[in-house]
Amino acid sequence: MNLPVAQLWLIPALPLLAAGIGALTPRGGRRLAATVAIGALALSFLLSVGALITALADPAAHLVHNFDWFELGSGTLRLGWVLDPLTAFMAVMVTFVGLLIFIFSTGYLRADANFTRFFCFLSLFAAAMLGLVIANSLLLLFICWELVGLASYLLIGFWFHKPAAAAAAKKAFITTRIGDLGLLLGMVWLYDSTGSLLFFDGGAGVLEPAALDALAAQATIGGLAISTAIGLLIFCGAVGKSGQFPLHVWLPDAMEGPTPVSALIHAATMVAAGVFLVARVYPLMIADQPLAHVPVHALTVVAAVGAVTALLGAVIAIGQYDIKRILAFSTVSQLGYMMLALGVGSWVAAIFHLLTHAFFKALLFLAAGSVIDAAHHEQDLRHLGGLRGPMRITFATFAIGTMALAGVPFLFSGFWSKEGILHAAHGWDVSPLPLYAGLVAVVLTAFYMTRLVAEVFHGTARGEGAAHAKESPPTMTIPLLILAGCAIALGFLGTPAWPWLQARLEGRTEIHGHSLLEGGGLMALSILLVALGIGAGWALYGRRTRTRAAAVDPLAARIPRIFSALTDRLWFDELYAATVGRLSDGTARLADLLDRHVWDGTIRFLSGLGLFAGFVNRDADEDVLNGGFDAGSAGLRRGGQAYSRRQTGDAHGYLRVVAISFVVLVMVIMLGGGQ
Amino acid sequence: MSFGPLQLCLLFSSALFCVGLMGALSRSNAILVLLGIELMLNAANINFIAFWRYGPEPSPATGVIFVIFAIAIAAAEAAVGLALVIAIYRHQRNIRLQEADTLKG
Amino acid sequence: MTLPLLSCLVFAPWAGAVVLTLLRRAGPAAVRGIALAFSLSTLALAAIALGAFEPSRTSMQLVERHSWISALNVHYHLGMDGLSLVLVLLTGIIAPAALLASWRITRGIRLFAALLLLLQGAALGVFLALDFFHWFLFWELSLIPAFFLIKLWGGAGAARAAYQFVIYTIGGSAFMLLGFAALYGATGTLDFVQLAQLAADGLVDQRLAALGGAWPHVVFLGVLLGLAVKVPLFPFHTWLPPAYAEAPTGASMFLTGVLSKMGVYGFLRILWPIFPAPLQAAAPVLLWLALAGVVLGAFAALRQTDLKRMVAYSSLNHLSYCLLALFAVAQAAGSAAPTGEAATAALSGTVLQLFNHGLSAAALFHCVGVLEARSAGRRGLDDFGGVRTAAPVFAGLAGITMFSSLGLPGLNGFVGEFLIFRGVFGLAPWAAALACLGLLVTALFLLTFWQRVFHGPRAGAAAGDFSDLRGVELAPLIPLVVLMGVLGVAPQLLIRLFNPLVTAWAGHPVVP
Repeated sequence: MNLPVAQLWLIPALPLLAAGIGALTPRGGRRLAATVAIGALALSFLLSVGALITALADPAAHLVHNFDWFELGSGTLRLGWVLDPLTAFMAVMVTFVGLLIFIFSTGYLRADANFTRFFCFLSLFAAAMLGLVIANSLLLLFICWELVGLASYLLIGFWFHKPAAAAAAKKAFITTRIGDLGLLLGMVWLYDSTGSLLFFDGGAGVLEPAALDALAAQATIGGLAISTAIGLLIFCGAVGKSGQFPLHVWLPDAMEGPTPVSALIHAATMVAAGVFLVARVYPLMIADQPLAHVPVHALTVVAAVGAVTALLGAVIAIGQYDIKRILAFSTVSQLGYMMLALGVGSWVAAIFHLLTHAFFKALLFLAAGSVIDAAHHEQDLRHLGGLRGPMRITFATFAIGTMALAGVPFLFSGFWSKEGILHAAHGWDVSPLPLYAGLVAVVLTAFYMTRLVAEVFHGTARGEGAAHAKESPPTMTIPLLILAGCAIALGFLGTPAWPWLQARLEGRTEIHGHSLLEGGGLMALSILLVALGIGAGWALYGRRTRTRAAAVDPLAARIPRIFSALTDRLWFDELYAATVGRLSDGTARLADLLDRHVWDGTIRFLSGLGLFAGFVNRDADEDVLNGGFDAGSAGLRRGGQAYSRRQTGDAHGYLRVVAISFVVLVMVIMLGGGQ
Repeated sequence: MSFGPLQLCLLFSSALFCVGLMGALSRSNAILVLLGIELMLNAANINFIAFWRYGPEPSPATGVIFVIFAIAIAAAEAAVGLALVIAIYRHQRNIRLQEADTLKG
Repeated sequence: MTLPLLSCLVFAPWAGAVVLTLLRRAGPAAVRGIALAFSLSTLALAAIALGAFEPSRTSMQLVERHSWISALNVHYHLGMDGLSLVLVLLTGIIAPAALLASWRITRGIRLFAALLLLLQGAALGVFLALDFFHWFLFWELSLIPAFFLIKLWGGAGAARAAYQFVIYTIGGSAFMLLGFAALYGATGTLDFVQLAQLAADGLVDQRLAALGGAWPHVVFLGVLLGLAVKVPLFPFHTWLPPAYAEAPTGASMFLTGVLSKMGVYGFLRILWPIFPAPLQAAAPVLLWLALAGVVLGAFAALRQTDLKRMVAYSSLNHLSYCLLALFAVAQAAGSAAPTGEAATAALSGTVLQLFNHGLSAAALFHCVGVLEARSAGRRGLDDFGGVRTAAPVFAGLAGITMFSSLGLPGLNGFVGEFLIFRGVFGLAPWAAALACLGLLVTALFLLTFWQRVFHGPRAGAAAGDFSDLRGVELAPLIPLVVLMGVLGVAPQLLIRLFNPLVTAWAGHPVVP
């Protein structure tokens, strides 16, 4: 059974259809919504397996199917999908982990009123994530990239009546959008430089040699090659999405969402999309490698960010009390590992770790969800404890996940994938620092996971919820068991002795096995470090377990100031609030003030001038001109009135006046001498 | 001072004018006032005739023509005046000039 | 003789207004029905026009040209190209939606509907007239109904806002009239097509220069000012927030959905083809102003506590993207670098953004109007809480509208913004990079709006009785939301109408 590439779109289309049906299902249709969502994803899983079979038939090929989206100018804007081992492995992982988490969710959210909406959003997420995975166009990838962000936003804020969840959802969306804008700019730059956004297009795609050579050959600001600049901008998107330093702050807050969401989106799939993105555009990222005289190579930045994040996440995880936040910081740290692997040149190691991490971290989150559900939504490890007895399956699976994450040797997948990364870092000739960061993080990871297990499962119950905890229903434990199986088995696909997965990802059909203990010194060192971490953790937390919730953490008792700094997550949130937040507030205030006073003020001033001129004009009219006329006419009127009083209407009077005047006139003439 | 025919005529006309003036000023009856005015006009006419008859060049009939025009105008004036008087009578049922003061300001 | 389709388009709403004025005895239901029928006439006639329209021809189509005032060389000249068609379609969609959003108005519904129809006809006239003489009549006539709609049906500060709106806009138009008077003096024609042809031959500048002195600058700046106030271009925008905020919901929808497009249309129809050289000279400055509109408009919106003012500022922000693209193209026109593809993308994005912004901003105003109607006129950011719990359907539709407005891919807003960014980046990379900040802050304030009003526990005006959308309240929102989805996935439905036109513009930036 194999799936031709032209039908690849069915993989995301089925969950999308399920999301549409879910959106129209009334609240009462719980069974329908869950059945449709799970059925669609199961079908997608089968199709993904078919796609994997197709891809493995010729692992070196990038099978593509491109089509026109719309006409633009004289050309067209084209989208498409691609089928290669990277896509196929990702699709299988996403559908399989997703399927188990969907099933788990039917148990976890059995009492929630918005059950149907939850499955609608989950299906939407699955559709967008699968679309992202199969995209053969950076634009299509970006579209799906934003849609998984939307689904993440909706699901973090699923319990939106809780203000913390609403705030966390917004924070996640905005923080990742900061990175996404870099991705957007990188995308338009790439489009502008190459005229295409298709990855593979029969030689004309942006990831194919012709375009890459052109990009690497041109220099831009600061002497960077254009390919470096575009690569770094695209990497910005990955930093946001994958919770890398300095944009890691949203991921721990995202734990406000329901636990299956944390498992699916914020551990297994979406946050790994950044790693996938860098791996997808890897030819672009390494295009500047042959150049000697550039200020920085894109991958160096990736490695530095990855190393810092791996260390930072692991350090902060030590000081957390919330079971999900510990796992969240652990995710941050592990994603840092993957970035580190990408940066030091081994994208295959990164993807292998991505796949193994997806399984064991999903397992850890779901097991944590099982605990939280059993303990009546108590997720503070100080109030848990002693759950080993009542929750045997959960404990066993959680322990397997822990050992995989901590890198307990040989049997667990995490060990092999992490060895691959450390091995790659060891071989990186630019700087040994990423290797050191990775090794330190190994100790810390083993330490905080041991602390977590000891606090939650050992000792005695320290809270009401923990005291009455019972094992979860089969809909929740069966996915745990399957994931636990995968967390072990997956490692055997990528051991140095038989690196099948790596070979297929690299497009090779033959497998060059090495000795299992190749690079034995490094492996021995890391095993030693794991033992050190577990031992220290057990010494501090396991031998004498916490007896009451208010007891001081043993580590806090020894290094109180550092520990409280870790609990406060090294004040990154406060730092951002004081800088970026204040800057944004200030700019907004400034813009508003400018608007109200300067721009509007100018207009008011101008219109004031106009009004003033109007007033002056009116006053001049009324007082000077009108006043003069008024005074003149009033005088005339008064004169007329006075004069009219002379007009008595008495004809005799008139005649008398005429006669007297006549006489006077005659007298004057005569006295004047008669000249 | 000797009195020639011209002087006598002028004296007569002056007397006639004064009689007319007195009549016009003192009577309240509008018709009598009109009569006074006619007398004054005739006094002026006598002056015209007198100055023409005893003037330096009596040959062209200038004085007579003046007088004939004046008489014609006086007739017209009398007609208008009498019409006004009748109108006043219709309005106030008498023709006393003192009461006809509706035009006063 | 064939039916004068464009004249029918323009005058059908006015006929409706006349009919409503004459029907003194009609009850409110009859008035609404008649008004809606006449309002929908635009959509019907636009559909006919769409059938007769040939997108591949870039010249004016369905032209009607009759001599009108021969002494002044004035012609009654109507015509339609892809740009006009898109805006006529937008008017045909927004006007009935605005009327439906005003369905519950009881005070003076007859006059209200008549004024809205007058406004619709004037806007259509602006989009179709090709002679400055009656174009300017339509342009100014649109102010009168708008003034009364704001003043008589508006909120507390409506009188002041209405005066400011009208005086400010007329002030700008006065300069434009002056400019065109001088232009007429220089060229002897007011016909846009003829003027554009003259400009393409380089004669407009030459003849204006013959007027001597500062006249060429006065003419250009006068026309620019008139259009800049109308769009508005930063910093001539201060009339906009109070006018949009105080207007009744239906009027706000029409103002932002259609009237705000008139300014950008003027830029594309008048300033760009007729004054290519002065525009190119002024473009670097104008580019910064448009950028300020994008960024500071978004930041100012972040600071607003009045939801309508916030949406009004988002309009400023969105329209500034259009101007940004336009000025970037104008700046680069004629330069040696191959800019054709980028210019095509930028201009396509501009036209698309006009349409998309019309849909999403009108829908946003309707959503705020619904909040107002349920809370006795409150529209503060902090007056609500948990509306999503109380009214899930309303919240869903409002959410789609908001995400469309902030440019989420899959909805209509994204395609336009992507094309604008793609184009502007090719022409003025720094401007595109800085404009990204506007995208971020837009998301920030819209999500703040969403979070405060719709999320959290039920509070404020939403704490008590708060019903979900019903009947006629859904009627304007659903077509808009459906269009947002359809155009997000299939933008070619719209793009194919103006793609050849825009391609021709980008190829010969001085010929319309």
